[in-house]
Amino acid sequence: MAAYPRKTEATGLLGWVDERFPIVQTWKDHMSEYYAPKNFNVWYYFGVLAMLVLVIQIVSGIFLTMHYKPDTGMAFASVEYIMRDVPGGWFIRYMHSTGASAFFIVIYFHMFRGLMYGSYKGKRELVWLIGMALYLALMAEAFMGYLLPWGQMSFWGAQVIINLFNTIPVIGEGLSLFIRGDFVISDPTLNRLFAFHVAAVPLILVALVFVHIVALHTVGSNNPDGVEIKALKNEKGIPLDGIPFHPYYTVHDIPAIVVFLMAFFAVIFFMPEVGGYFLEHANFEPANPLKTPEHIAPVWYFTPFYTVLRAVTLSPFMGTLAMFGAIIMLFVLPWLDRNPIKSWRYRNTVHMLNLAIFAAVFIILGYLGVKAVTPEYKEMGVRMTEIYFLFFAVIFIHSKTDLSRYVIGFIVLAGAVVAIDFWRYNPDDAISGAQIMKQWVWPIGYLALTLLLPLVMKSCNAEKAVPERVTS
Amino acid sequence: MSNSIRKWIFVLIVPLVVIGVIGSAGGSAGHGVALQSANVNLSDKASLQRGAKYYANYCMGCHSLKFSRYNRMAEDIGLNASNGFTDDQVTTFLKENLIFTRDENGKQVKTGSLMTTAYSAKAAEKAFGTSVPDLSLVGRSRGSDWIYSYLKSFYLDDSRPMGVNNTVFKDVGMPHVLAGLQGYQTLVHHEDKDGHHVAPTLTMSKPGTLSAAEYDVVVHDLTNFLAYVSEPAQLSRKMYGILTLLFLLVFFGFAYALSKEYWKDIH
Repeated sequence: MAAYPRKTEATGLLGWVDERFPIVQTWKDHMSEYYAPKNFNVWYYFGVLAMLVLVIQIVSGIFLTMHYKPDTGMAFASVEYIMRDVPGGWFIRYMHSTGASAFFIVIYFHMFRGLMYGSYKGKRELVWLIGMALYLALMAEAFMGYLLPWGQMSFWGAQVIINLFNTIPVIGEGLSLFIRGDFVISDPTLNRLFAFHVAAVPLILVALVFVHIVALHTVGSNNPDGVEIKALKNEKGIPLDGIPFHPYYTVHDIPAIVVFLMAFFAVIFFMPEVGGYFLEHANFEPANPLKTPEHIAPVWYFTPFYTVLRAVTLSPFMGTLAMFGAIIMLFVLPWLDRNPIKSWRYRNTVHMLNLAIFAAVFIILGYLGVKAVTPEYKEMGVRMTEIYFLFFAVIFIHSKTDLSRYVIGFIVLAGAVVAIDFWRYNPDDAISGAQIMKQWVWPIGYLALTLLLPLVMKSCNAEKAVPERVTS
Repeated sequence: MSNSIRKWIFVLIVPLVVIGVIGSAGGSAGHGVALQSANVNLSDKASLQRGAKYYANYCMGCHSLKFSRYNRMAEDIGLNASNGFTDDQVTTFLKENLIFTRDENGKQVKTGSLMTTAYSAKAAEKAFGTSVPDLSLVGRSRGSDWIYSYLKSFYLDDSRPMGVNNTVFKDVGMPHVLAGLQGYQTLVHHEDKDGHHVAPTLTMSKPGTLSAAEYDVVVHDLTNFLAYVSEPAQLSRKMYGILTLLFLLVFFGFAYALSKEYWKDIH
């Protein structure tokens, strides 16, 4: 039990508050005496930027809610009313639409930072899991928000996503009916997605951000060297390589925030549509349930997963499973990557290659998701999906650096790829057959590069000793 | 390998893989005809005003601009105090030249009204077999180049109910409203040396009252006007953008200096 009355060194108003709420201690724990590693690099800005974008979205969202009408007859017109008649309405709306894309850009960098420096290791699994839950909530939030302008892509995009639930055996039909609240996407759907978008999911997001930070501050931040700074402390118990978050990182973040805002406002004021990627052209046409657009593409941040969905043509349900599986795999990453070294700086070169190729494959998957399907692109989607999933197997194999493990891994994984090819091959379909023959080189090449390269080039398998102290 | 070398490999490998893999595919076949550039220029107020005039005369009988208001439009295209027009002059001008719709009491609608039309969706459906779209946002959904090219691409086609077809919008339900100005074109098919079909061209078969160059200006003005209507905020947002970026640039200087000052004791 804490002493009563609470003891405080603060006086005046602060003292009054501190006797009733641990404000001084909270400030110390999370700001002035939270010791962060002194060697953060640019990759460490994306966390604070994500929080900034969250605030932008909430504030601009509140103002949009004041003028928007969640009614299928009025939604589209109310958005145009905001764009034209509400003073400054266009600015608020572009903040929100640009903010949505900016959120994902920032989050993708933030997540990749975690991959590079192994930030899910060293008792940080929960930080990673909470972060993944945040990512899921963010995707739900973005999807629901996208229905609200009630344009053609809002409607048909939602149609595609909600129909995914249809593919679940037995309960699918009932479930999608339950989600829509009607047999088609209509007013009840718009109303409930609006409720989730403006109340339920934002609450979850804010709560999860809080938990994410509490968990992070409990275990302490990782850093580009992957050195545990708490291992070496001075006589006062302060980590030798730690510096107080406030004022050092607070002032350090401000220039980065300004740079981010420059890019953000440049988009808002000079190119709010970003060539149809932030605001899709087809969404400037009101939703028309009777007119299917010839090409339905989700907004760019969902396109990698959309390609995975389209790549698995075994059955619609398997496609859905693959799509959600692509996200689920990220959840279990801390238990796949068992290598004790955190940062890629001290891991071997093939691990670094693995991460770089994964980033590239994610971008290619995204590119394919906005393109109409041709036989070439279709096969490429399948191949990139294969590499996407193989990445997780390879990162598991790379947990230990022994060559026999690599060779066995290569044989098993390449065997699986070839087996799938044989099973996919249909002699009656010459075009896709030719593409299978041509593009098998991607996954096999990927496996050869990440697993067999160390056989011929020993230096690619060399790990380095992690230093005791952080490097500059 | 040293870490700095690895870092550069890392930085290079991502774009190289992306470009290499995507580049290995032949690319998706482009569909549709190539569009001509509309060269939209929203600061050309005279063009916007002519565009509004043509729109009211040729288009607005069927196509509403139901998210725009008459008075805001007039203000934005240069009929405003800074160009020497009084409010009364603008009101009179709008009422005499642009406002053709009436309210339920038979009175001409006010200048602050939305630019709707009296043509009902049902009547349009009956006449053209399809709904007549509102064009407030066509500049954003289709784009200005599309509008410009579309208006220049009507040609005679007996198989169509309106006697015309369009190379940009195949089997469009709309008649060639500007035929009096442009005249009628005919589609000419071509073959190359090997007998393959190449893109057909349009030639003038029955000239209208305007020369080709004059007609281009009319279509340019109309496109310009529709580009403005699709997003009135365009007129001011770039100016705000420059001011915002200038402010942030100055702010960055201070923020960076502050950070440097604090960090000089961290080694």
